[in-house]
Amino acid sequence: MTEFAQQVVAGLASGSIYATLALAIVIIYRSTGVVNFAQGELATFTTFIAWTLVDHGVGYWGAFALTVLIAFAGGVALERLVVRPVEGGPVLTVVMLTIGLFILLGGLSNWIWKAEVRSFPPNRPFPTSTWDLGGVAISKQDLGILGVTLGLVVLLYLLFQYTKLGLALRAAALNPAASRLVGVRVGWMLALGWGLAAAIGAVAGLFTAAASPPLDPNMMRPILIYAFAAAVLGGLESPIGAIVGGLALGVLLNLVVTYDTHLHLELDRLRLPIAFLVILTVLLVRPAGLLGRAVVRRV
Amino acid sequence: MRLLELDGVDARYGPVQVLHGVSLEVGEGEVVAVLGGNGAGKTTTLRAISGLVAQSGEIRLGGERIGGSAPERVARLGIAHVPEGRGIFGELSVRDNLRLGAYLRRNGFAAGYERVRGYFPWLEERRDQQAGTLSGGEQQMLALARALMARPRLLLLDEPSLGLAPSIVRELFRIVGELNEKEGLAVLVVEQNAKLALRSSSRAYVLEAGRVALEGPSGELAENESVRKAYLGY
Amino acid sequence: MSRLATVRGVATALALAAGVVAIFLAPRWVSDIKLAQMGVYFIALLGLNIVTGYTGQISLGHSAFMAIGGYTTAILVVDHGVRDLWTIPLAGLVAGVAGFLVGLPALRLSGLYLALATFGLAVAMPDLLRWDKLESVTKGGQAIQLFNSPALTGKGFENVDLLGHSVTFTRAVDYLTWTVALVLLVVAWLLLRGGPGRAFRAVRDSEVAATSSGVNIAAYKTLAFAISAAYAGIAGSLLVIAVAFADPQSFPAKLSLTLLVGVVVAGLGSLWGVLAGAAFIQFLPDVAVHFSKAQGVPDTVYGAALILIVLVLPTGVAGGAHRILMPLTSRLYTRS
Repeated sequence: MTEFAQQVVAGLASGSIYATLALAIVIIYRSTGVVNFAQGELATFTTFIAWTLVDHGVGYWGAFALTVLIAFAGGVALERLVVRPVEGGPVLTVVMLTIGLFILLGGLSNWIWKAEVRSFPPNRPFPTSTWDLGGVAISKQDLGILGVTLGLVVLLYLLFQYTKLGLALRAAALNPAASRLVGVRVGWMLALGWGLAAAIGAVAGLFTAAASPPLDPNMMRPILIYAFAAAVLGGLESPIGAIVGGLALGVLLNLVVTYDTHLHLELDRLRLPIAFLVILTVLLVRPAGLLGRAVVRRV
Repeated sequence: MRLLELDGVDARYGPVQVLHGVSLEVGEGEVVAVLGGNGAGKTTTLRAISGLVAQSGEIRLGGERIGGSAPERVARLGIAHVPEGRGIFGELSVRDNLRLGAYLRRNGFAAGYERVRGYFPWLEERRDQQAGTLSGGEQQMLALARALMARPRLLLLDEPSLGLAPSIVRELFRIVGELNEKEGLAVLVVEQNAKLALRSSSRAYVLEAGRVALEGPSGELAENESVRKAYLGY
Repeated sequence: MSRLATVRGVATALALAAGVVAIFLAPRWVSDIKLAQMGVYFIALLGLNIVTGYTGQISLGHSAFMAIGGYTTAILVVDHGVRDLWTIPLAGLVAGVAGFLVGLPALRLSGLYLALATFGLAVAMPDLLRWDKLESVTKGGQAIQLFNSPALTGKGFENVDLLGHSVTFTRAVDYLTWTVALVLLVVAWLLLRGGPGRAFRAVRDSEVAATSSGVNIAAYKTLAFAISAAYAGIAGSLLVIAVAFADPQSFPAKLSLTLLVGVVVAGLGSLWGVLAGAAFIQFLPDVAVHFSKAQGVPDTVYGAALILIVLVLPTGVAGGAHRILMPLTSRLYTRS
């Protein structure tokens, strides 16, 4: 039983990171209708910026906060300069653009910082000690990450559901033309969406580097797939869904791999294919995901 | 004072020019109708005012030039545009649609909502319903209600009767008339239903192939030979 | 026959002839293996163009089909001693079936969702190939070596006898790839200008209109997937033959992205642009390396170039050429 609980806890820990990146993906999708294939690489890039700051003497938490701000600004700039011209165009064009960003940012990360082995942060953000809860070891770091993730989603939920700005963000994504007619500055709403997503992605990257060292340019590649699976599972339109999806996926993957010892299917090598199966199944069976709302349209 | 003036306005979609030197005006508290067949440029006229289509020429609101402004700015200046097809947010609730209508007002939701409920009392119990699940007539009413939330100086109505049953259309125009009488709201309405439009307005313009073919008091136009033949069916 | 059709016919014949000549001359300036690889891309792009450019279904999964084709060839050659040339159509068939199977659920997805799902497939494939349970077939993460296999034309990279001339292995591979490419180009061309092509385009432009005209959307969409997968499978097979080994690293998810890039650069729905697309994805990384040998530079240049193209030339090379040539060809239209 404790084995089970331990695996669940470990699953929640890895799941929080998938959830955070999934949150970023959902924010962009919700506010711009675009799935950003470059979300992971953007997170990596900003994490490296944080590393550079710390390398130049800035304290870890200061760098953390600064990086989130820089990421926000970067996201806004990206949308205004690069994504803006192709918004409203065919899906393929926008997909292509984010793929271009994916490749570009990946290349830049490799080029500027090279693939040396780095540990980031040099000192851990949360103490590595663990609590013992009925035989199950819970690391304070994992708990901290989970806490921040949950806090983020609560904030975002409040933003989207209860503020005028959140409503404007939603409206701009759903019907840009009608939004403009009521006075919403659609362009800036879209930029805001990208900024928020970039900032959240930065947090995801920072967590990834802390939880699974080392910090290397390719670290977010698999996370991106898990994040996609999490976002789809939870519902691409739902921030809460992203969290639920991420945590569920983390636990699912862990349990499957653990109980594989009985099945002898060597499933620990198949984490990514399993994630793909999740994506496929959800899209076929219930495209709105667990928490997404199936859209009713009168024809 | 003339609230809205259009002076020699041209408009084009890409290479195709749709409006040719359209001039019209709407006075404070007036209801003005724009009639014409399909493709005459009626909808384009409203879109030009709202800044949704490329145009040249002069457009003035309260004397201030607004031609070429972005739609967001036009909305901010007090023009509420209910587009063809209603332009509501189907995926959002009725309440959220109304909240968006009040977007530009600082703390306008509560006050605006009170007012709007007076004209559309049924909105209250439907406020959590997804707007896309309302009937056509209800959606049109919602679109109008949303426009009112902004407390506009001028209401642009694009083909409000499209696809609606006659009884609902009559109700709609009755409400518009009431708004005009009680609150002095100026309205520029584009309509294919000429009879109803002429009855509800004080002045009208008839557009043909992107140009103003006729203009005058609605009563006179309703008696006009060619208008009767072309648009009133007798 | 109208003047326009005559001109088109002559132009096509000339282009084909020029193409054949170019294939023989090109090795003077570019290495055989690079040309062969470009040929591989060309074939895969032809296929991807059919499913994405013509029926409008975005697939980010075609690296998986290439892997299926490539591994089919590798396994047949090494484990079963089948002559490599015969494995090529077989690889296409197996991949085509896989494409059909993927095309079925794909009917339920569209646009972005389809892109996501197929991307997942591309990502999953290398891991699947490394799966221990399939080790007996795929040799896990290790490469399947075709080198020195008796069924490989040119076994240990010896010279090959081609119509009485002795040609190096790489040269033979180059010719083989481009011959297959030409054949497949003609097949695609015939397919696309006939009934299926019209149906494909109808599906892309408006599913509602297509259905009401009696086009069986589901059939054509899955057909497009199957055909494009078959093309990708053949491409994968040729790749494996060219390098004489097959391993999961040869078919990463990034390859799918690269292919989609090629199709967009080519211009959706254009066969001629595909040549430019293949050249782009083959040679741009080489150009990038000239800037700096540092790691990550090719990708940086690549990504930047891609973004520029999307912003400046969204309709790809074909679209750009069309815009330039349109004034010229419109004369032909109005005259007759």
